[in-house]
Amino acid sequence: MTYIKSLRVRLSQGSQYIPDLREGRPTGFRGLPVVSSLPCSEGCRACRDACPTGAIELEPVRLDLGRCVFCAACVDVCPAGKIQFTDSPNMGATERGALVVREGVEAAIQAKASAAFSRIFGRSLKLRQVSAGGCNACELELNAITNVNFDLQRFGIEWVASPRHADALVLTGPITRNMRDALRLAWDAMPDPRFVVAVGACAISGGLYASSPAIDRSFLEQVGPTLFVPGCPPHPLTFIRAVLDLLGAGAHP
Amino acid sequence: MSSSTGVLCLPTEAIPAFEPEAWTMDLSQQLQAGARVVSVFGRAAPDRTVVTALLEKDHRFSVTRTDVERSAALRSLTPEAPQLHCFERELHEQTALEVTGHPWLKPVRFEGREQAAMNAYPYYRIEGKEVHEVAVGPIHASVIEPGSFRFMCHGERVHHLEVQLGYQHRGVERLLLERDVRALMPLVETIAGDSSVTYGWAYCAALEALIGREPRPEIELLRAFVLELERVSMHLATLSGLAADLGHLQGSTTYGRLRTTAINTMMRLCGSRFGRRALRPGGVCLRDSPELRQVIRDNLALLQADLAIINDCFLSAHTVRHRLRGVGAVSATQARELGLVGVVGRACGVRVDGRERAGGAYEAHPIGTTLQTDGDCWARALVRVQELDISLSWLVQALKDLSGWHGEALSPGPCAPSTLAIAIVEGFRGETMHAIETDAAGGAIHYKVQDPSLRNWMGLALAVRQNEISDFPICNKSFDLSYCGNDL
Repeated sequence: MTYIKSLRVRLSQGSQYIPDLREGRPTGFRGLPVVSSLPCSEGCRACRDACPTGAIELEPVRLDLGRCVFCAACVDVCPAGKIQFTDSPNMGATERGALVVREGVEAAIQAKASAAFSRIFGRSLKLRQVSAGGCNACELELNAITNVNFDLQRFGIEWVASPRHADALVLTGPITRNMRDALRLAWDAMPDPRFVVAVGACAISGGLYASSPAIDRSFLEQVGPTLFVPGCPPHPLTFIRAVLDLLGAGAHP
Repeated sequence: MSSSTGVLCLPTEAIPAFEPEAWTMDLSQQLQAGARVVSVFGRAAPDRTVVTALLEKDHRFSVTRTDVERSAALRSLTPEAPQLHCFERELHEQTALEVTGHPWLKPVRFEGREQAAMNAYPYYRIEGKEVHEVAVGPIHASVIEPGSFRFMCHGERVHHLEVQLGYQHRGVERLLLERDVRALMPLVETIAGDSSVTYGWAYCAALEALIGREPRPEIELLRAFVLELERVSMHLATLSGLAADLGHLQGSTTYGRLRTTAINTMMRLCGSRFGRRALRPGGVCLRDSPELRQVIRDNLALLQADLAIINDCFLSAHTVRHRLRGVGAVSATQARELGLVGVVGRACGVRVDGRERAGGAYEAHPIGTTLQTDGDCWARALVRVQELDISLSWLVQALKDLSGWHGEALSPGPCAPSTLAIAIVEGFRGETMHAIETDAAGGAIHYKVQDPSLRNWMGLALAVRQNEISDFPICNKSFDLSYCGNDL
């Protein structure tokens, strides 16, 4: 009887994987924002005042995805309707400065491919995740990249338990003082070549916790991230697209 | 109670106040008379510590208070009522109040002045020729939050587990006071990010009580709808992880992909797979259209149909029954003594579910509660499986009565002065409390957050005693507690 039950599960499961991960578009996702060039009301700074992480600067309006928690408070208060969130998950970048969405500019935010990364990690990239104050939302979404829907293992990309086996340290959370030493130990245990991926507003900028005395971000002053994956939390496709863009043509199923 | 959540709002001068020793005596008597501690928390004032106790008996909440002067101490009740152990430890850690006679004043999260002491903390030790210790963490093998586990073992058998938490401490309660209390939603939703709706609702309910505005029944039903959807999503996540840890691959993959369906439904409703921005003070912020309702109906139907198939396969598999039954058992007596709540409590036969006699949405649409008595990993898995069925049936029914949502947010009125508002929401892990107190000008002077995990972590430590150390991952997953919810 057991195998019949097992077969029924198999039949109900069908085929769940997303065929083209680079083109995945999650319906209804509050993703990449765009800032139109509609004129602001004279002296209006409602969006900047409403933003809980100070992600917005004015004249012209600039929105820093490294700080944005996608709460859309800016959309609620803007009388001109300048800011809109699209359902695009594509917003990973290889430079911190590239995460700023500018007024009237519709250029895509994209991680730059690296020939060296493509050659070294294109066929095999092992990831060690360290949560240093993450709220378990980033962690759950990172877990999801290897589920049957996203199935990132098809690219040779997967989680490993030991930092000794890892190529990249995938960091979530604002880095609490209480995790500072453990994070450093994990990084020191990783062999070269190695790099850091900062995932989520907390890891990239401290996010909502940037001003807390309970966090200590000195690690990132010594070790700069190679890849920035914005979101709160980022959609699995945001992470996947950013990593695949970084690896360039070297990464294929 | 007319609200779907437990809400208590009263002027601070109306809270029964006692001298410290009389307060302790009163608390002790109420516990002996069958009351249950929901929370005890303290606020450090310049010259004294204000200690508040929240009790529940027969689904009625009551609050008492005492002021303890800086130079004085409070007598610990933990020796006679172990359920107070974590509250008194937190009280001591947060306010530096001396608690005399407590057997184990270990910091619950090493916050503030305790942070420097974390690495030097002397773990509990058992000595003997054949006793050995195993240290795990704070970083674990999988993609998971950090916490430290120290096992004291005799061979494969665990004598005791000491859980050390605090690695996730971000200073949440302090930050909550630095901003306008009416604009805290994004921060509240990230305190324990897997419980965004639970936390969001607790915050909204407490704030709305302070502002004196009770949400309409339609709003309450919409909130309950996303809360139950969050419960479905997270129970599926737990079962997927549990199946992976015991090597049942079909369970792991199928519960996992069904979770995708549940959280994608949430994303269609509010833009976030975790229910971020679904609630807002005064209302909700959900999309609505006939097409979307059809998508939700279809997704709920798919979840119900496919869950029945995987549950049948998972629960009847020999490997699953063998690995879960009798492993990691906590007795009903232990559960009551420790005040375990939520899924963990209900798996031990402790009937504690805030939705049971709640008003509002759960009065108009009653939801069943489920109980198991064995208190082992199997019982905790069964409670989750049964709650999935109950919540899905409830969602299907509630969807028929969901009103359309019309933009509504809280008018930014002032908060009542010198008032304490407490809201309790039954999240997927259990009883979650937010308490906000205002000063004479109506500004927030204290924000207390309490995750059910604060109490349930000690349940895990007891569950693994006399079990094999190799069963720990299964025990841990079957509890599925929050690290950041404890660490704040």
